[in-house]
Amino acid sequence: MNRYPVWKFLLMAIAVVVGLLYTVPNLYGDAPAVQVSAAKLTTKVGSDTATQVAQLLSAASIKADYVTFEGTSVRARFADTDTQIHARDVINAGLNAGADKDSPPYSVSLNLVPRAPRWMASLHALPMYLGLDLRGGVHFLLQVDLKAALDKKTDTLVTDTRTLLREKQLRTVVARDGNAVTMAFHDAATATQAVNALTDSFPDVQWTQAADGADFKVSGALKPAALVKAQEAAIKQNMTTLGNRVAGLGTSEPVIQQQGPDRIVVELPGIQDTAKARELIGRTATLEFHLADNGVEAAAAETGAGPVPFGDDRYDNAPDVSTRRGSQTVVKKDVIASGDDLTDAQANFDSQTQAALVRVTLNAKGARNMKDVSGQNVGKPMAVVLFEKGKGQVINVATIQSELGENFQITGIGNAEQATELALLLRSGALAAPMEFIEETAIGPSLGADNIAKGLHSVAWGFAAILVFMCAYYLLFGVISTLSLGVNLLMLVAVLSLIQTTLTLPGIAAIALTLGMAIDANVLVNERIREELRAGSAPQTAIAAGYERAWATILDSNITTLIAGGSLLLFGSGAIKGFAIVHCLGILTSMFSAVFFSRGLVNLWYGRQKKLKSVLIGQVWTGGAKQPGDQLPVPDDLAVEDAAAARRKR
Amino acid sequence: MEFFRIRRDIPFMRHALVFNIISLLTFLAAVFFLVTRGLNFSIEFTGGTAVEATYVQTADLERLRGVVRNLNYGDVQVQNYGTSHDVIIRVPTKAGIDQKQVPSRVFAALCQAEAGAVGTKTETTAKGEVVTRPSCTAGAGEPVVMKRSALVGPSIGDELLRNGSYALISVVIGIMLYLAFRFEWKFSIAAIVANLHDVIIILGFFAFFQWEFSQAVLAGVLAVLGYSVNESVVIFDRIRETFRRFRKLTTMQVIDHAITSTISRTIITHFCTQMMVLSMLIFGGPTLHYFALALTIGICFGIYSSVFVAAAIAMWLGVKREDLVHTGAKNEIDPNDPNAGAVV
Repeated sequence: MNRYPVWKFLLMAIAVVVGLLYTVPNLYGDAPAVQVSAAKLTTKVGSDTATQVAQLLSAASIKADYVTFEGTSVRARFADTDTQIHARDVINAGLNAGADKDSPPYSVSLNLVPRAPRWMASLHALPMYLGLDLRGGVHFLLQVDLKAALDKKTDTLVTDTRTLLREKQLRTVVARDGNAVTMAFHDAATATQAVNALTDSFPDVQWTQAADGADFKVSGALKPAALVKAQEAAIKQNMTTLGNRVAGLGTSEPVIQQQGPDRIVVELPGIQDTAKARELIGRTATLEFHLADNGVEAAAAETGAGPVPFGDDRYDNAPDVSTRRGSQTVVKKDVIASGDDLTDAQANFDSQTQAALVRVTLNAKGARNMKDVSGQNVGKPMAVVLFEKGKGQVINVATIQSELGENFQITGIGNAEQATELALLLRSGALAAPMEFIEETAIGPSLGADNIAKGLHSVAWGFAAILVFMCAYYLLFGVISTLSLGVNLLMLVAVLSLIQTTLTLPGIAAIALTLGMAIDANVLVNERIREELRAGSAPQTAIAAGYERAWATILDSNITTLIAGGSLLLFGSGAIKGFAIVHCLGILTSMFSAVFFSRGLVNLWYGRQKKLKSVLIGQVWTGGAKQPGDQLPVPDDLAVEDAAAARRKR
Repeated sequence: MEFFRIRRDIPFMRHALVFNIISLLTFLAAVFFLVTRGLNFSIEFTGGTAVEATYVQTADLERLRGVVRNLNYGDVQVQNYGTSHDVIIRVPTKAGIDQKQVPSRVFAALCQAEAGAVGTKTETTAKGEVVTRPSCTAGAGEPVVMKRSALVGPSIGDELLRNGSYALISVVIGIMLYLAFRFEWKFSIAAIVANLHDVIIILGFFAFFQWEFSQAVLAGVLAVLGYSVNESVVIFDRIRETFRRFRKLTTMQVIDHAITSTISRTIITHFCTQMMVLSMLIFGGPTLHYFALALTIGICFGIYSSVFVAAAIAMWLGVKREDLVHTGAKNEIDPNDPNAGAVV
């Protein structure tokens, strides 16, 4: 009865092998590496950059373990820190050759990457991320003001409505009322006409028409679905902007995540200086629209043949700016509109020519200025300058075709990809909604290392104590219990690594606590088996009955624990969520290890023996009452132990 | 080895009233302290700033208090954290103070008190990672090092408290529904009353000693709630089984038998869990200290409440054989019953 079919043993073996495979990467630790990422919005890092880095390294005959492009950066791993530092200098000199020292296009930084072999990574066997409390760094929680994003959106809607009605020659005054756009018409026919036109152009808006005294009022508000979409878009854009801002920092694994409906978490490992980090992620890249100088002197200045004319500025062109000019553009000093005035920029297609274009939307103030300046300068070029770290770069030069207003299009960009990129750059100057820092933590690197040691010691000593006790008390069954507890730990770490959880100190505490609780299942089984033996069952029957009867209890008790863990998961945030994830997963793995796995080990050991006389489960005391029905109501004797009987046994 | 050699069923229920009165008194005391003293919430809940620094020399708390008082941040707490070299400085949120400046100002004040100069240090670790951190240099050494700073806006705290209560409520409702479905409503009430009484007692300890109540402690409390309920479940399971196996016993005898036959497992399990928690208490450092403490109290009272309180309440509520053992032949072969077939 205590036999497993072959497939069950196979399953056990697979569990152990897979568990080991996914746990092992955590034991390798980190290796020195060099990371190359874009220091400017206009720099592109891709697989080409990886090839370039590899060439630079081989030219300097530096041996790298590998050079890869992952996500947004290129990483090269080295055997030791000396090679790493040498490689950093070589790569930096190569990639940023000839660039301005203060604002190089690439950021080349020293970093750490997992030391685990590459074949493991290709199986997705990667180490867990360490939380900031274990590795040091800064953590920010930013609250996004979604109301402001909505305000911005409504403002855009008001101007768009106005433009459309003017085009259709429907005379009215468009006003804003809260988050709605309102207007009034003198007759119902015009109102209906307006509603139809508006519904066609703005399907995201719910337009309603109502009689208001002698007038016919039309009002429009964003549909709930569109509202949600607008808010999501705002958060997303803010996250993209934050991503751009931290990319140049060169930290190994910056985390930018949405938390809840309106919050963003930013975590930067390896930095402890909150003030500086705050300044950096709070920094707005500014964008300015300038008239480009078309004069002869300016043309000379652009090629370096003459000085910059009075009242002008000269900026470098971004790598892929297609102009008739050289590598620089001379622009007038006056700012037509800035990034603050930019409400939106979207890549699009011309409906007739299918040419790629970018639609730009300005706010009222920017639009007024743009209208004045562009009206007087039709046919002249206008440049868009992006400022980063105080240094400007021209990202687009386009000829003004007509007087421009709130909405205008930049055409002649090239392909759709370039249009998308330009729209992204234009938007990168601005946040879709303002953000506020509501939580920030800085953890020193020494504290992180300290916390790892503390967490590991807690688990290790607790585990050792349980091991010693279980083996002493339940003998062979104790050994089996601790083995299955070990498998539980192995599987838990493997699952956590597989789903790439971020390990934090509360997470380690949860591992310890879960192991401490998981032993309950083994105790239940072992006690049941002893009980069955006490009642006079044959060893094989006792083992089978013990496992079977304990199962219902184990299931029940684990479900209640899971309910608690699930609630924490649902309502917790940050570290508590980490705790809950580990706790819940640990309960699930413990059911496998304590019931299925330990039974397998018992079957392997005892299952084949047909005439099993006794099992090594520690002393089973049989002096007590076998049936509760045997007893009479007992008087006050709480005497638990029959000392004489015990002595006799010994 | 065998610790529990129990000849007869221990008549736990005969003293149920006494135990329940003890429980009630402890419970009332806990409520009293919770009301009069309140919990000492960490800055995660209250909002505020905490700066953790470590000194080369033993930190002179009195002198540090004077240094920090000069910053005029109001009711600032200065305490040792972990060892005598480590201090934690907690600054509450106060109108008119730019919270973002607090960590750097506090650190600057601490640094000046040691006659040091504040700067930023960029260093490459032995492993090869670049680390930038604020530093305080005096001569060749660094008398004080900033280990951690945390800043929590006031809006977060309310939300955490709210989410914490939601979590507690959902645990309670979830467990009650499960037990009512799995056993019977009397058991579900008994288990939840017994275990909420544990939770209140843990909180009472935290209120009485004014231990810091952090998010981790809250997680510990909820985890322990699930854990002690599972204790009650083991006993209830056995009560149901005993009702099935021994038809002649009275309810009281059944409960006594169930508790007696599971007491060995109860104590050994809790002992093992407690060893793990003790290991956290000893090796886990200050961050895990109160978490482990909450678990310790929870485990100790968990045994007590499962054994003496939960079963007793179920008894007062009048649990009967008919509640658990459905009469008729169907009972014996019910395939959904996990105990079916296991009956000897």
